[in-house]
Amino acid sequence: MGLADILIKFGLILIIFVISLVMAMYSTYAERKIAAFFQDRIGPNRAGPWGILQPLADGGKMFLKEEIIPTNATPFLFIVGPSLAILTACIGSAVIPWGQKMTIGGHIVDLQVTDINVGVLYIFGVVSLGVYGVMIGGWASNNKYSLLGAIRAASQNISYEISMGLSIIALLMLTGTLSLREIAEQQHSWHWNVLRQPLGFILFIVCAFAETNRTPFDLPECETELVGGYHTEYSSMKLGFYLFAEYINMFISSAVMATLYWGGYNYPGMDWMNGLLGTTWGPLFGVAIFFIKICLFIFFFMWVRWTIPRFRYDQLMDLGWKILIPLAIANIVLTGIGSTLLTHFGF
Amino acid sequence: MESLSNKKKVLEVKPLNFMERAYLPAIIGGLATTMKHFFRKPVTISYPEEKREFSENFRGMHSLKRDEDGKERCTACGLCALSCPAEAITMTAAERQPGEENLYREEKYAAVYEINMLRCIFCGLCEEACPKEAIYLDGDIVPADYLRKDFIYGKDKLVEAPLNQ
Repeated sequence: MGLADILIKFGLILIIFVISLVMAMYSTYAERKIAAFFQDRIGPNRAGPWGILQPLADGGKMFLKEEIIPTNATPFLFIVGPSLAILTACIGSAVIPWGQKMTIGGHIVDLQVTDINVGVLYIFGVVSLGVYGVMIGGWASNNKYSLLGAIRAASQNISYEISMGLSIIALLMLTGTLSLREIAEQQHSWHWNVLRQPLGFILFIVCAFAETNRTPFDLPECETELVGGYHTEYSSMKLGFYLFAEYINMFISSAVMATLYWGGYNYPGMDWMNGLLGTTWGPLFGVAIFFIKICLFIFFFMWVRWTIPRFRYDQLMDLGWKILIPLAIANIVLTGIGSTLLTHFGF
Repeated sequence: MESLSNKKKVLEVKPLNFMERAYLPAIIGGLATTMKHFFRKPVTISYPEEKREFSENFRGMHSLKRDEDGKERCTACGLCALSCPAEAITMTAAERQPGEENLYREEKYAAVYEINMLRCIFCGLCEEACPKEAIYLDGDIVPADYLRKDFIYGKDKLVEAPLNQ
């Protein structure tokens, strides 16, 4: 690995980091704007034209607000909580393949920070670490509401991680690899996994909603019962980190869903397009397609949020344990039978 | 127990059928409903730039009127202050001096006339009480401000602009 490669990698990491932050910032704006449209309103329109500077204004406000650490809180853990939340949200993007390998001036640039062969497991590990940020923050606040929110977050994540893992197993039986790059390459052109795993995708997206704590599974924050849930006691940028982490998580899980089920950077007619645009602009066009898919998923997250009310907690557990897990297991069995029959009859 | 009004209706609670228990059809229906609203024209407006039309009997900020010669109509009789249920109006009367005939219609006028807009309930009783047709609540919405003292409106804000200007 030469110096140029290392520099390229660092550049890529920096770009991805900045993109995830900008996406998270503008997700907050998009959320408010989309919520407004769904409710026949206009939405934020004061900061800049159509309010597009709103995220900057909000960020400035967050930085300038007073930093409050409650007297009875554990100061160290109180700060560790949001830091951990944003850290785990940011490192998830390391294994996502953003595009095909492209050539710039004789260099082959891999549009993926690292292609580890257990990419899917890495994502799962990072996602399950993410709940520690919430738990530590909720516990360190020394407040009943925060603690309840944290407990809810933990039990919800544990319940839904099982069905998420099971829904992925059915997919892995078909792909035969844990590397996200290989999974993306297998879906060349229109061979998207969602066509082979529709039930698996539905299970996965439901679990993704639960893992990112989005409505209808936003019980950890649950404004109506728990004030603010785990971030009741947080103010200024520490609160900002929690909110930011939620939106980055949404971005990453949209990227994961797009990669695993919706073909990632693949699109029908990509060979023709690559021939037309060459080895630099062709892959970049694929990246653009990938981001369109991600944005559609983020829009879907928001669309669902402004449509469906929150689950009651026992209903949430019922859905997780009594419906999603059996369905995921059934999906595995069906996938096994289906793929065996297909290979047996030589398709 | 026998119900007194006989209006009681016992509702039958049916168990959910399979389609209802599957959540997804209902969720898709809900998504379709919200998507319909997504493209609908907003019912809200950008307030300070756009304003809705007031109804004809809207009661907004007060104005002290002048007569056809541009003289102030108010004679500081105090009936408005007396009728005011919120006690928002206060005034000080003064006698018209020679040479001020073009300013004030009667021999007595209000040297100070103050309405506390934080107290005012915009009931319009001052308007009804006034024997000289000097006060009307025909203005705009009272604007917001930062300090309480700035909500006490004096004659500078209340009196109508002179005619020939």
